[in-house]
Amino acid sequence: MSAAEATGAGREGILASYDFLDATVDTIKRLRAEGFEEITAFAPFPEHHIEAALGYKASPVSLFTLVGGLTGAATGLAFTVFTSMDWPLVTGGKPIVAIPAYVIPTFEMTILFGAFATVIGVFWNMRIPDLTGDVVYDPEFSAGRFGIYVTAPSTRMDTVREILEENGPSRLEEDAQGRAHG
Amino acid sequence: MATATEQERGAKTHPDIRSYGEVNEDILQMLSRPGKWWWILLGMSIAGIGLLAFSWGNQIINGIGMSGLNTPVGWGAYITTFVFWVGIAHSGTLISAILFLFRARWRQSIYRAAEAMTVFAVMTAGLYPLIHLGRVWHAYWLFPYPNQRMLWPNFSSPLVWDVFAVTTYFTVSSLFFLLGLIPDIAAARDQAPKGTLRQKFYQLTSFGWRGTDRQWHHFGKAYLYLAALATPLVLSVHSVVSWDFAMSIVPGWHATIFAPYFVAGAIFSGVAMVITILVPIRKAFGLEKYLTTKHFDAMAKLCLVTGLIVFYAYLTEFFMAWYSGEDPERRVFWNRAFGHYWWATWIMLTCNGIIPILLWFKRVRYSIPALFVITLFINIGMWFERYVIIVTSLSHEYVPFAWNVYRPSLTEMGIVIGTFGWFFFWILLFIRLLPPVAIAEIKEVLPPPMRPKKREEVAP
Repeated sequence: MSAAEATGAGREGILASYDFLDATVDTIKRLRAEGFEEITAFAPFPEHHIEAALGYKASPVSLFTLVGGLTGAATGLAFTVFTSMDWPLVTGGKPIVAIPAYVIPTFEMTILFGAFATVIGVFWNMRIPDLTGDVVYDPEFSAGRFGIYVTAPSTRMDTVREILEENGPSRLEEDAQGRAHG
Repeated sequence: MATATEQERGAKTHPDIRSYGEVNEDILQMLSRPGKWWWILLGMSIAGIGLLAFSWGNQIINGIGMSGLNTPVGWGAYITTFVFWVGIAHSGTLISAILFLFRARWRQSIYRAAEAMTVFAVMTAGLYPLIHLGRVWHAYWLFPYPNQRMLWPNFSSPLVWDVFAVTTYFTVSSLFFLLGLIPDIAAARDQAPKGTLRQKFYQLTSFGWRGTDRQWHHFGKAYLYLAALATPLVLSVHSVVSWDFAMSIVPGWHATIFAPYFVAGAIFSGVAMVITILVPIRKAFGLEKYLTTKHFDAMAKLCLVTGLIVFYAYLTEFFMAWYSGEDPERRVFWNRAFGHYWWATWIMLTCNGIIPILLWFKRVRYSIPALFVITLFINIGMWFERYVIIVTSLSHEYVPFAWNVYRPSLTEMGIVIGTFGWFFFWILLFIRLLPPVAIAEIKEVLPPPMRPKKREEVAP
């Protein structure tokens, strides 16, 4: 997707950086109260206040973990049972299919599949890998600053700018070229 | 966000760090040009790998007879060292996953290095089944799959469980390690000089991480689920390793306490190894702000607790041997303490049972040099623990006619020493290539920057 498509005809983007967490959170809340929903927030570490301000709830990654784990359990059990039945060698008069012993490979397969599914799920949901350089970003965000990128119709840009400036941004980049990330 | 008291605690864990930017500077400077000592240590590690390759090559060409393994002692230095390294690995997962679930805030500074240690220790441990096979080119026979080559896939065997447990453990701990690294690699990418090879490497391995709200949201959840998966996994892996012994009927092995006893021993040895590795790293890179004496105190307490469990297990084993009234069992344990291998047993009891008593003293726990020396003893003691369990039992089974003495050959010693080179080779590369302290998670425990209050009222 090119920059023009992302911002759309008549839409503009603006990127603000903040030094303070409360300034960032307040700005997000104000923007959402004014009806701006196209917000991307940047932070150097996971910050629950920002997530709460943006209204995040459950993450679908849990579903990936659950389905992966269950698939692993089924695969592990099926694999051990059918492999043993394929080679029916009786030892010590014990049953061919010895479920208590098979719990262990089954358990390990549950964890293995669950972990792989979680990683696939989180990559999918985080929209990475994304190695193209055309996203809105400032290297300061990994060091210590918080950022807010908003896109809005050109006609409402003045309101956005006003809200962003209210809380004293350390940097304001208008017409931020590039697409919003994720 | 943290409550007021929690913020205070967070501030106190790292009272000397002033800003987020400072964290980036301090941690990322570790990735700059290596000093003389790094090259010297790297040279020594590569020499160790050379010794490993030479000794293993000798065994591959001339056969498993180059080792001292023979009836009745079929498991010797190789399996000892395998269990040793798997045990070392466990504390990394304990620190990164279990302490994460328990919200232990002191883990933040140490968990990255501990996790790296886990991955490299499993990589080292994984060599031993291959070395021990003798005919390493048949390594794929370890995997039990339906086949037409007359190989019986026996899922009731603890050795097959071990294949599942160790490969899963390696895969999951690597995934956990690499996922946690992504935001910190992005921080390294943003500070690396443009156009350098290093910057391109970080660009690729950070997968284009930007630290957006969406990314952090899902990242946090995935991290939690992986921790929840890794927690039962780590407990299962060393239990399975212990069942390699406990499922047999060898006197001295066939005991129900083996699983908890081994898991406690694994964490004991692993935390000791984390301290042993972190003390020189802290010194060399001036990380006193990040790895405070409080962190070492917490790790030393963990060592103390698990060490007590291990020592209690030793005494239980001796007691149960006597109490069982079984003659072979009694003789194995008498032989352990006063027989041919008495010296190994007493090294084990001294290093793991008696020396850690010092950790009861606060002054010792707060003294970095003292901890370094004590943990070296624990590392040695824990290697001997596995040696004692494996060798004394096998050399002294039921039939007196079959008793014999095992001595590690030069080839075995070369391989055992060589794998230390292999392990430290990866550790050395790691501390120069990837951020060895978790940048983002340290910022998480620092008090967040807030707008200076009352500025408007003060201003004229």
